[in-house]
Amino acid sequence: MSADLYGQAIKDLAAAETARLDSPDASATLDNPLCGDKVTLDVRLADDGRVAETGGAVKGCLLCKAAAAVLAERAPGLGADDAAALAADVAAMLKQGAEPPFPALAAFVPVRGHKSRHGCVLLPFKVLAKALGR
Amino acid sequence: MTSAIREAFPVLGRAGFHYLDSAAMAQTPGRVVEVVAAHDLAARANVHRGLHEMARLADDAYDAAREAVAGFLGAGADEVVFTGGCTLALNIAARALAGRLGPGDTVAVSRLEHHSSCLPWLALAAERGFELRWLAVTADGRLDPAGLSVIDRRCKVVAVTHASNVTGAVTDIPLVAGVAHAAGAVLVVDGAQMAPHGKVDPRALGADFYAFSGHKTYGPTGVGVLWGRREVLAELPPALFGGGMVGEVSDTGFTWAEPPRRFEAGTPPVAQAVGLAAALDWMAGLDWPAVRARLALLTRRMLDGLTALPGVGIVGPGEMEARLPVVSFTVAGCHPHDLSHLLAGRGVAVRGGHHCAQPLMRVLGLDEGCVRASLAAYSDAADVEALLDGVAAAIAVLR
Repeated sequence: MSADLYGQAIKDLAAAETARLDSPDASATLDNPLCGDKVTLDVRLADDGRVAETGGAVKGCLLCKAAAAVLAERAPGLGADDAAALAADVAAMLKQGAEPPFPALAAFVPVRGHKSRHGCVLLPFKVLAKALGR
Repeated sequence: MTSAIREAFPVLGRAGFHYLDSAAMAQTPGRVVEVVAAHDLAARANVHRGLHEMARLADDAYDAAREAVAGFLGAGADEVVFTGGCTLALNIAARALAGRLGPGDTVAVSRLEHHSSCLPWLALAAERGFELRWLAVTADGRLDPAGLSVIDRRCKVVAVTHASNVTGAVTDIPLVAGVAHAAGAVLVVDGAQMAPHGKVDPRALGADFYAFSGHKTYGPTGVGVLWGRREVLAELPPALFGGGMVGEVSDTGFTWAEPPRRFEAGTPPVAQAVGLAAALDWMAGLDWPAVRARLALLTRRMLDGLTALPGVGIVGPGEMEARLPVVSFTVAGCHPHDLSHLLAGRGVAVRGGHHCAQPLMRVLGLDEGCVRASLAAYSDAADVEALLDGVAAAIAVLR
């Protein structure tokens, strides 16, 4: 059922406010031309080169916005390799039935059966990897 | 009447299936599928190249298909070019005209255009150094007649859609043709959305080129048509090169075949052309005034039913004059992709997104695109009611 994708947890996540960072250390934008989702992510880095803070702008569907909100919570402390690995793990969760890489992503498990929506969830994770040079 | 039409489409017999995405691809009658299969089983050969029995059968079928398209367009068969689709047809027209364009020239393209009708000109503008001018649209998604003033003596080509794939608005082609021809410009018309709604006479409309696709006209995928005014085609060079489009080839050059074969390089879509002819034959059997009247009632119901729902805004004309049964809409606070997915879960097939019309989306302020419901001759009241019920239910889920 398509309606299963839109539980209260997803809707609450999608309602989170996001804002661009002033003078970020890195930024990246990716879009999904098929559906029009577009995610811009700003990153401020700590001295060790890991993510200290993220901001950004999400023009996208509810699933994309919710995924971006989960990522914003998870991103601090991640390095470039971690971000690339996380994007791969989220892809494996959606496409290969792997376990969610962390509990908050369990809300997206129902998306597995909707191949056309995998890209909506993956987009913010790909953008973080891109912003960090991966 | 509708049930008799629907019976020709086996897929429409699926319970709970409501297909409102015909502007992207129309369903095809079972008869068309049978004709394509029969051709490939009994007459599969390349055309205009062989002398054997199979080749003769293929030649006859392909030539008959060209005659059928000519009949649909009220044209001569020598004006009908088969292509791989409407996009390729429009690209061929642009490429064939490219040699006439350079710095100091302009090409006018409407903001209503599908990407297949504007990107060839954007690409050529960068390559040839001419200026591309956008023709304005009104707030309700029609070509703005006042904007035609940008078409002046520098303008060499005008490209417009006969009907918008987003707003459903039908363009006044004779008006545009008058302005274009007064300036000495060639008029290229994208007929992809109009052709599925009955016979078209591009010469009478004033077009110089007219393109449409097979898959939106109840026919197969992989085939399209470029109609060109005989006297225009005769003056243009080929756009693609290969077998079938040449006369004599020497070490230093070659001569061109006469139109339409000049524009059909390589093996054409033979079986698909035969299938398109079968689709046009099926269309010819419909009572089009009655079909259009029924679809107009369904469109009115869609417009009224959608606007009665909370937060719904129509993208396109609210009135029925000069519009197709294509209705696009937005819902405040609900992304088109989410709406389309929820509708799909109820068996209602629509399209959400920018509809390959980003210049129009931008000027209409539709950053997230819109949802489009599009009807065809087989659409019925149950389809429309399923859409309206589905949108109401989707809003309840998403808010």
